[in-house]
Amino acid sequence: MDFTEDQIQRYSRHILLQDVGVEGQEKISNGKVLIVGAGGLGAPVALYLAAAGVGTIGIIDGDVVDLSNLQRQVIHFTPDVNKAKVLSAKEKINLLNPDVKVITYYDLLTAANALEIIKDYDFVVDGTDNFPVKFLINDACVNAGKPFSHGGILRFDGQAITVIPGKTACYRCVFHAPPPANAVPTCSQAGVLGAIAGILGTIQATEVLKYLTGVGDLLTNRLLTFNAKTMEFRNIKVKHNPKCQVCGDHPTITELVDYEQATCEIKNNH
Amino acid sequence: MGSILVNGKVQEMEVPISLIDLIKNNKVEQPEMVSIQVNGEFVDRDSFETTQINTNDEVDFLYFMGGGSRC
Repeated sequence: MDFTEDQIQRYSRHILLQDVGVEGQEKISNGKVLIVGAGGLGAPVALYLAAAGVGTIGIIDGDVVDLSNLQRQVIHFTPDVNKAKVLSAKEKINLLNPDVKVITYYDLLTAANALEIIKDYDFVVDGTDNFPVKFLINDACVNAGKPFSHGGILRFDGQAITVIPGKTACYRCVFHAPPPANAVPTCSQAGVLGAIAGILGTIQATEVLKYLTGVGDLLTNRLLTFNAKTMEFRNIKVKHNPKCQVCGDHPTITELVDYEQATCEIKNNH
Repeated sequence: MGSILVNGKVQEMEVPISLIDLIKNNKVEQPEMVSIQVNGEFVDRDSFETTQINTNDEVDFLYFMGGGSRC
């Protein structure tokens, strides 16, 4: 790939990095990344990957922008309310960096379409808010051998792990199966400090760029957790689980399933 | 008394203690929303009551965390 003068200027701060250079920027520019969910996590991921010049960014989301999203979903602006999130995100990416090819899927990721959609990408970013889809992304990526980044946020906490199927612990190795529907509140039910989404999303975007360029050590076999109240970050070592239902010695999950979705009522303990 | 490392921090308590009691002491309201490692090994959910924790054991509560977009 030959960069134009404008591109060399645009990506100069990457090119200056000894570990990245022109070669690394070429890898970024040839990269194809799918972002599942254009919300709190997907927004910073999409913006930073667009700024970095990732060649192809796919975005899947079946929702429209709501006024309550704008507190943290920084790719959507006030005039975007009621617009499809994928369209709103695409418009911002195009404005930020016309080099990026954006492919939008105004749809939900399901067991029926997951493999067909992810097959065209080098890396998948989980920016979803619910466990059925998080497990679906894990199982689909493990089946297809696609590396992905899991991210989760709630209230003042966040967590992330990168999965390289066949080589590292997967999300299911750690969390086994979705919690009972309604057991775990989502951000829409329990709240989340908006900037947490930025912290976590930029960690995920960083993992994508590290994967594409081959720089550094990925966040594999360890779950990064942080709490914003204390600003403490922890790396908890985890390892491949031989009993994992999808990547263990005797996998029992060979087909993708759509788990029951939590309803929008928080479980009331009081 | 013994020392147990819970989520990276030392807690002093009477040992041995069952994992389910440790969960209660740490105010985990819904045990179904945590995945638990003891000394780096995952503990099956149905073994929470029978698993005994002793001094110098390392216990990590890993919480289910969603976030992001409804998709």
